[in-house]
Amino acid sequence: MTEETRALANRWKRFSDWDERPLRLDKFAVEDAANGFAAFTSPYDPKPGFSLSGGRVESMDGVEVRDFDMIDVFIARYHLDPEIAPEAMAMPSLEVARMLVDMNVPRTELVRLSRGMTPAKLADVVSHLSSLEIAFAYSKMRARQTPGNQAHVTNAKDDPLQMAADAATAVAFGFDEIETTMRVARNAWSNAVACAVGAAVGRWGTLFQCSSEEAEELKIGMAGFTSYAETVSVYGTEKSFIDGDDTPWSKAFLAAAYASRGIKMRCTSGAGSELLMGFHDRKSLLYLEARCLCLQRAMGVQGTQNGGIDGAPVTCTVPGGMRELMAENLIAVWLDLECASGNDARATESEIRVGAKILPFLIAGSDLICSGFGSILKYDNSFNASLLNGEELEDYLVLQRDFEADGGLTPVGETRVMELRTRAVDAVSAVLEELGLATPTTDMKRSVVAASGSDETRTFSGRDVALISEAIKERSISVIDVIKALAEREFAEEAGNLLNLVRLRISGDYLQTSAVIRDGRVVSAVNDPNDYHGPGTGYRLSEARRDEIVAIRDVLTRQEVLRVEAAFRPAEVTRIAYRTVGPATGAHDARDVVIGISPAFGIKLFQTIAGHPLSAILRVLIAGITEGGCTARIVRMLHTADTSFLGLSAARLAGSGVGIGIQAKGTAVIHQKDRLPHNNLELFSNSPITKLEHYRRMGANAAAYALGEMPEPVIVPTRGEAMGSRYHARVSLIYAIETEMTSEGAEPEEVEVTFLGAAA
Amino acid sequence: MSKEPLTVADYPLAEKRPDVVKTKAGKSLDDISLEGVLSGHVTIEDLRITDRALRQQAEIARAAGRATLAANFERGAELVDVPQDVIMRVYELLRPGRAGSKDELRAAAKELRDVYGANGVAIFIEEAADVYERRSLFKRRY
Repeated sequence: MTEETRALANRWKRFSDWDERPLRLDKFAVEDAANGFAAFTSPYDPKPGFSLSGGRVESMDGVEVRDFDMIDVFIARYHLDPEIAPEAMAMPSLEVARMLVDMNVPRTELVRLSRGMTPAKLADVVSHLSSLEIAFAYSKMRARQTPGNQAHVTNAKDDPLQMAADAATAVAFGFDEIETTMRVARNAWSNAVACAVGAAVGRWGTLFQCSSEEAEELKIGMAGFTSYAETVSVYGTEKSFIDGDDTPWSKAFLAAAYASRGIKMRCTSGAGSELLMGFHDRKSLLYLEARCLCLQRAMGVQGTQNGGIDGAPVTCTVPGGMRELMAENLIAVWLDLECASGNDARATESEIRVGAKILPFLIAGSDLICSGFGSILKYDNSFNASLLNGEELEDYLVLQRDFEADGGLTPVGETRVMELRTRAVDAVSAVLEELGLATPTTDMKRSVVAASGSDETRTFSGRDVALISEAIKERSISVIDVIKALAEREFAEEAGNLLNLVRLRISGDYLQTSAVIRDGRVVSAVNDPNDYHGPGTGYRLSEARRDEIVAIRDVLTRQEVLRVEAAFRPAEVTRIAYRTVGPATGAHDARDVVIGISPAFGIKLFQTIAGHPLSAILRVLIAGITEGGCTARIVRMLHTADTSFLGLSAARLAGSGVGIGIQAKGTAVIHQKDRLPHNNLELFSNSPITKLEHYRRMGANAAAYALGEMPEPVIVPTRGEAMGSRYHARVSLIYAIETEMTSEGAEPEEVEVTFLGAAA
Repeated sequence: MSKEPLTVADYPLAEKRPDVVKTKAGKSLDDISLEGVLSGHVTIEDLRITDRALRQQAEIARAAGRATLAANFERGAELVDVPQDVIMRVYELLRPGRAGSKDELRAAAKELRDVYGANGVAIFIEEAADVYERRSLFKRRY
């Protein structure tokens, strides 16, 4: 044993491999309820309980009314319905849990019961459900039938040009809401104007929010730029609430203030926030979140953004953390709140955990599947990277297609995106110029339109943006001024789109639960209620919507494959000529090795999957056989295109009893006449990575077998590439071309091959 | 406005009952056009929600079984005409440790009730005053 192996011998090296995986950048925490690290249950959680005295709540979840903290008071007063509570609290939790997954129990009945349940009771019920059951119950219980999604639109420079381009892009991909925030607080007004303009490009109806300080956010809303808000945070313990600088009453007052300004609003809460703030009271994450959610219903907000949110990463460090995030989303919709279901802060570096995290929501649907899908690149996300980002947006589009699930997004082609980005940058530039705020140069605009992220833009400086933003604020520029500017500069369509959105305020229709705008219509839990009661009910993809979802870019068609193949033909005919001599015969000498080629070989198909011209393949195979001391003979099979049968048929024709079968795509086999079809001598199944040298050695080995030797088998080295996914669509189309040319009982044909000119 | 409360069948109002949707100045939705904006007939004031619209939405929310949401819309209706600075002042006062005593909150409630007729919101603030006192939230925090 060398020094080195002795030093390392006490470790299986696979652990070192695992150390290098992105997963290991995640850190995991031990379950420790006393320190707040418990997802579903803590020994310090109260038992569900409730008592009335003279029609008034006397105790709730083990706390007497005289000991109620401010959260208890608010929940007992505004959430708990004393008419329902005695009935609901008396029901066994397991029974209620079963009702949640029973398609025959209507959503409306469960919503009614939730109004008589305390936070501990709600948490106790959902803790009986497995992750699968939670996802199913979520799908049944969410308020609006049609699913949707929300995007983050921010950039690292707070650049208004990029903001507009990216807002228009997010709108094109189908997001129902877009949310911005800024690196520098004073840039809020510039962001608001730019996003409002960008979101008015292409279509209208995407709701928009500018996350900023409470008073500023309301002012921006009043100036007409934004249409919703979701920064009103609530917490599950009194001390966290106070450290958050609010009370249930101050937040409820703010909720009413937003309503009074015609702005849609939801609260934010989520597991882990109390833990991060240091006041968890040793309670489980789920119980604290159940308190937050009862409080939100009590305040009368239409919805919530929950499922961890900023606390998602810490929640995902504990056992059951992701299941807990799903469970708290379920409580939200059970309480009849709109749910922007988290899937927001990037909780892991592992792409596998990201995919696993999103899947239940993608297939269950949600009012807003992500409460911030990063439509921009990770580094441009001023909220911090999301679970899914601009980098991964196409992965998500493909997941929609894979599962035929409506994740709220729609693929958009390259040309359309460029048109929209150009239009958005031109529109916001026109507004900046018309209002005397700035004059973007052609170079700035051009760099932004093409840029994937702000690293690639040549645009305003930070100081420029601050000046733009402050001027908008100081001059009290409102959405009316922006609409006028757009119209003046021949962006009448965008002006009209923006006006349509602001006009929604007058009726207030979009203040109702789960409201989004689709095709110019308000769609909410009022006029699109989730009526799921089993297969064939609830949300189903329409034909039209399915067509949109499946239309991802760059998909193969048979025509495309044939077109590519045909393009290789002219070069091949200068390199090789095939001449059919007549029916193949079996009487040849002992050194005769037959190469059985497939029906379309050199006729309709001209190269292997690896890109080798078929002329080159035949040249090296023949060379290998010849070098091995045998003679090669080419026979075209017309009764089969299967590699094994090509090989076996060739072997049975060969004087040596050894043959090679090869398909046009390059898959090959060395066979022997007395073997069973699928029990060959050597198989070359990895045609995409099989090199000419391997084919040459294949020929040499075939010759060796023919001479009764036992050569070293040819190994085509693989690194475990996912070749199936890369090639299978093309392979299947190519193979179909071969099988179409076969006919049962057709005799093999002897082919004379002449190599012309130089080798490819 | 009809005496019969609106129901879910009337929703969305802009689509199903445009007859009951009016701006504060009495303009209809059709009046809020791009031409109106360009000619100066439509101002930012016309793009505000009205207390009436919020009460209508409260009726719809209640009809849809959402009583707490309806109550919030009704509180919102009371705040429609309360100026922004007053709203922000009262909000600030409701935050923990801002008011030094129950009396400050009660005075704010009285102002909202007397000046703006916001009786529901006033009751809500008075209730907060009682809870804050019991939970010792009148301590300065900075």
